[in-house]
Amino acid sequence: MLTQFTTWDIVRNLLEGGKWTLLLSLLAFFLGGVTGLIIVLLRISPNRFLRVIAKVWIELFQGTPLLMQLFIVFFGLSLLGWDVSAWTAAAIGLTLFTSAYLAEIWRGCIEAIPSGQWEASASLAFSPLQQMRYVILPQALRIAIPPTVGFSVQVVKGTAVTSIIGFTELTKSGTMIANATFEPFMVFGLVATAYFCLCYPLSVYARHLERKYHVAC
Amino acid sequence: MSLVSIHQLHKHFGDNHVLKGIDLNVDEGQVIALIGRSGSGKSTLLRTINGLECIDAGEITVDGAKIQAGAKDMRPLRLKVGMVFQQFNLFPHLSVGENVMLAPKIVKKTDPAQAQELAEQMLAKVGLSEKFDAFPGELSGGQQQRVAIARALAMQPKVMLCDEITSALDPELVSEVLSVVKQLANEGMTLVMVTHEMRFAREVGDKLVFMHQGRVHEEGPPEALFNAPSTPELAAFIGAIDQA
Ligand SMILES: Nc1ncnc2c1ncn2[C@@H]1O[C@H](COP(=O)(O)OP(=O)(O)O)[C@@H](O)[C@H]1O
Ligand SMILES: [Mg+2]
Repeated sequence: MLTQFTTWDIVRNLLEGGKWTLLLSLLAFFLGGVTGLIIVLLRISPNRFLRVIAKVWIELFQGTPLLMQLFIVFFGLSLLGWDVSAWTAAAIGLTLFTSAYLAEIWRGCIEAIPSGQWEASASLAFSPLQQMRYVILPQALRIAIPPTVGFSVQVVKGTAVTSIIGFTELTKSGTMIANATFEPFMVFGLVATAYFCLCYPLSVYARHLERKYHVAC
Repeated sequence: MSLVSIHQLHKHFGDNHVLKGIDLNVDEGQVIALIGRSGSGKSTLLRTINGLECIDAGEITVDGAKIQAGAKDMRPLRLKVGMVFQQFNLFPHLSVGENVMLAPKIVKKTDPAQAQELAEQMLAKVGLSEKFDAFPGELSGGQQQRVAIARALAMQPKVMLCDEITSALDPELVSEVLSVVKQLANEGMTLVMVTHEMRFAREVGDKLVFMHQGRVHEEGPPEALFNAPSTPELAAFIGAIDQA
């Protein structure tokens, strides 16, 4: 027996999936940001060993497809005896991915601060941490905001990949509904629209910030 | 005992032997004018005196704080030594007042009210009291450099290092900065300044130090050296300056 789906049924199901896309994006962006901050501080630390660790971290997650990272987290952890849900695996995978990219973006911003700022603060007897905290980071933060907001678009789109390990976000919901309604064009059209509605304001905002800070510099 | 004493200081950048056994003493209240060709090692020497460059051999002592090859923590030295740079290097995200107060507050843990008072005093000294709340980007080069001087003074250093502090300025802004330096000299501040302003060096300097190829080639009272250089290198340097 075929169930009849109204358009509202379809939209309602997609919205439910969209909610998880949004939650996953926010979580990955937040946790990835915190991890990324730690990674970038290691990346520029005076200790060579810490720098190498951070570099390997960044290269590893930037140099492999997000999908492979998710597979490895999802299947790898269960091989080790931890039964992780698709949600947990998706959150961990996307956090790692985000941390690597944000660390690299932020490193660029920190390195863009002229060496005279380090020298002036050093000559005033600041400790390295005080230099970071009071002189370098406040200036780097300013220039980091536009590319960081811009990257958030990549995180939202990245969540689509988690459908492959079975996490029911927007794309996965779309696939399931398309299979049930035999209306893939309409369903995926709606799915694409939903992604666009999430991403477009972010990119517009990022461009706006870029202009604003560019003018102010 | 001199306030600053530098003994057999050596510094390399890779294969480039930049400082080749510098000996230099600076007494309290003395004003040293450091001159020499570009590349002779003047900036590098200044930068070793507050630990911006590490040294390969020899030692530097400033008011009891000593640095040798391999020294890690330069902060004891830096607490005694203020530095003013050619490019000002003010903190652009902070107001003028905050630029001056920041180091006393976080390095010396001066309480905010006292730090504010100190900053006001120092800004008054350089004639910029009314710019307390302005941002560096709103100031002329000469004003920025005077703020940089106030910022260094607020740490109450024993000696101030100035590395060509008027070289980045438009000609009409040079004198306002030089007159602040002169005033400091008159108040008894110990100064080591790299300068191309020969007239100023003669007028304010107690001792002229001519560097050549990484060595102190000649030193002595400015008048005597200018009038009768005893080495051909200094004579040639003065000749080149006079023509310019
Ligand atoms: N950070 C550095 N790295 C490598 N070489 C340097 C560095 N700073 C200065 N030098 C070299 O040291 C020599 C002396 O430079 P410097 O002290 O700046 O001379 P001056 O200030 O008298 O013009 C020059 O040959 C210069 O190229
Ligand atoms: Mg120089």
